Amino acid sequence: MEEKVPLFGKTLSELQELIAGYGLPKFTAKQIADWLYKKEVKSIDEMSNLSKKARELLKKNHTFGLTEYVDVKESRDGTKKYLFPTAHGKFIETAMIPFKDRKTICVSSQVGCKMGCLFCMTAKQGFQGQLTAGEIVNQIRNLPEREEITNIVYMGMGEPFDNLDEVLKSVEVLTSEWGFAMSPRRITVSSIGIIPAMIRFMDECEAHLAISLHTPFHEERQKLMPVQIAYPLEQVIEELKKYDFSGQRRVSFEYIVFGGLNDTPAHIKELANMLRGLKCRVNLIRFHPVPGTPLHGTDEETLQKFKDGLNNKGILTTIRASRGLDIDAACGLLSTKALLNQKK
Amino acid sequence: MENKIRLDLSPKLNSFLESMSTQNSELQKVKLTRHEEIAPGVFIIGFSRRHDFIPGQTVKLGIDEIQPPRIYSICSGTKDDELCVLYNIKDDGFLTPRLAKLKVGDTLYASAPGGTFFGTEDPAWWIATGTGIAPFRAMIRSGMGQNKKLVHGVRHLNQFYFSKELAKGLGPHYHRCCSTETTDGVHPGRVTAFLENRNDLFKDWKYYICGQAQMAVETRDLLIEKGIPFENIVTEIYF
Repeated sequence: MEEKVPLFGKTLSELQELIAGYGLPKFTAKQIADWLYKKEVKSIDEMSNLSKKARELLKKNHTFGLTEYVDVKESRDGTKKYLFPTAHGKFIETAMIPFKDRKTICVSSQVGCKMGCLFCMTAKQGFQGQLTAGEIVNQIRNLPEREEITNIVYMGMGEPFDNLDEVLKSVEVLTSEWGFAMSPRRITVSSIGIIPAMIRFMDECEAHLAISLHTPFHEERQKLMPVQIAYPLEQVIEELKKYDFSGQRRVSFEYIVFGGLNDTPAHIKELANMLRGLKCRVNLIRFHPVPGTPLHGTDEETLQKFKDGLNNKGILTTIRASRGLDIDAACGLLSTKALLNQKK
Repeated sequence: MENKIRLDLSPKLNSFLESMSTQNSELQKVKLTRHEEIAPGVFIIGFSRRHDFIPGQTVKLGIDEIQPPRIYSICSGTKDDELCVLYNIKDDGFLTPRLAKLKVGDTLYASAPGGTFFGTEDPAWWIATGTGIAPFRAMIRSGMGQNKKLVHGVRHLNQFYFSKELAKGLGPHYHRCCSTETTDGVHPGRVTAFLENRNDLFKDWKYYICGQAQMAVETRDLLIEKGIPFENIVTEIYF
């Protein structure tokens, strides 16, 4: 029997195409989008303004497409980590991070990852599959806090630019008037910098961009992040300098600070040189070791000096607060444990 | 004035990269001079070499100027007249099924060489799975086989591409592992199992890993667990 295709996650144009194929009136697509993205229903039967014929046709070939989370862990600081099952028996993680008056959702874009970054737990799962736009947006739609969400970051499991088509579709669903109607300025997509996909993202999407930088030195970065071999950071930044960030759209750089490795004055100097001329922000991140990694975090004094050093050189730099340390906060830990339990 | 970005590489490599950056990085039309299926679904594709390169580098290939190109490791040597890459057909891929239909004389679009998975004269272990053998074949053909040990892991015995050439170049330092079939002279099991039992993984050697993500990450983790400093490990992942 052919697998039913989920409706949730489809863009309006995809719904229009689908509806045309079924010979249904064109306005039905907009009605379906309303039910999928604006109303609190979870089944095709509840789409009450659709004709019976339309509902039967849809039910024959489709599911509504929502998936409930199967586990949640809550940190003492209020951070929650949700575990969602995927279509093929794997797991993905979604974090809800409350901070002051904001609630940020960190979504996954792939199951596992193929980028192999040395410091990343998700990398140890290998690559297990792409998420559909529906599975990405489901991570937001199915959270108890969905009405309170202020920001969405694509910084969970996976490399968003290795699944760009689905990521772009998910952003379209989140930001379109017929969808969740969020401002693209509340969404940040984070990447290690796959250049062709980055250029497409910059041209086709209005969301903010964050690039995982971690060191300005080529040889050091290629040992931390194999992508450097194919898409060197120098070229990533060269490409970004072609875009205008003087308006509301932002580019930021994520920098995990490893003790004795990338926290030296030479790194400050090189980083400042590299980013000069690009309106951007650097987010320093404390490293919390994952099993088997040879890396360790830096001390607070060095971290502060690193921040001050960059700010003194004119690079706007902040230190990101660590959250959810008591609930396997490092991305990939929770789902790896679930995967291992499943194998047992 | 635009900032010139410096790489922390040797002066020789820096100067090479600077010269590369002045070359046209756009795709150029090339005519295929070779297209050979060397194992089921695995091909060598070649065209006249226009640029110098460092063994271990890659080229971008495309079938036209519109569709995004894909990156492939060069598998030919620096003295070869042809520049060749090794690829396997990915059924769900965009480019490889189309590449496979091309014939000698057909047009392909190729970039200048790029990437920094550079082979060096230093003692090293080369660790590859599947078509990840390509850059190491380029290094062997370019005379970099001294002080090297190579292990190639595959699923099936017919996937030991270039085995005669590699055995000739490396002699007893060429090792083969096969995870699903057995035969004389081939270690049964995966590359990680082979490395697990070695007592010649020297801490001051370099380790070059090339292949699929999970193997690369598992191998890197294993080497680190065995005391190899991560600074000595260079990983190229096919993604």
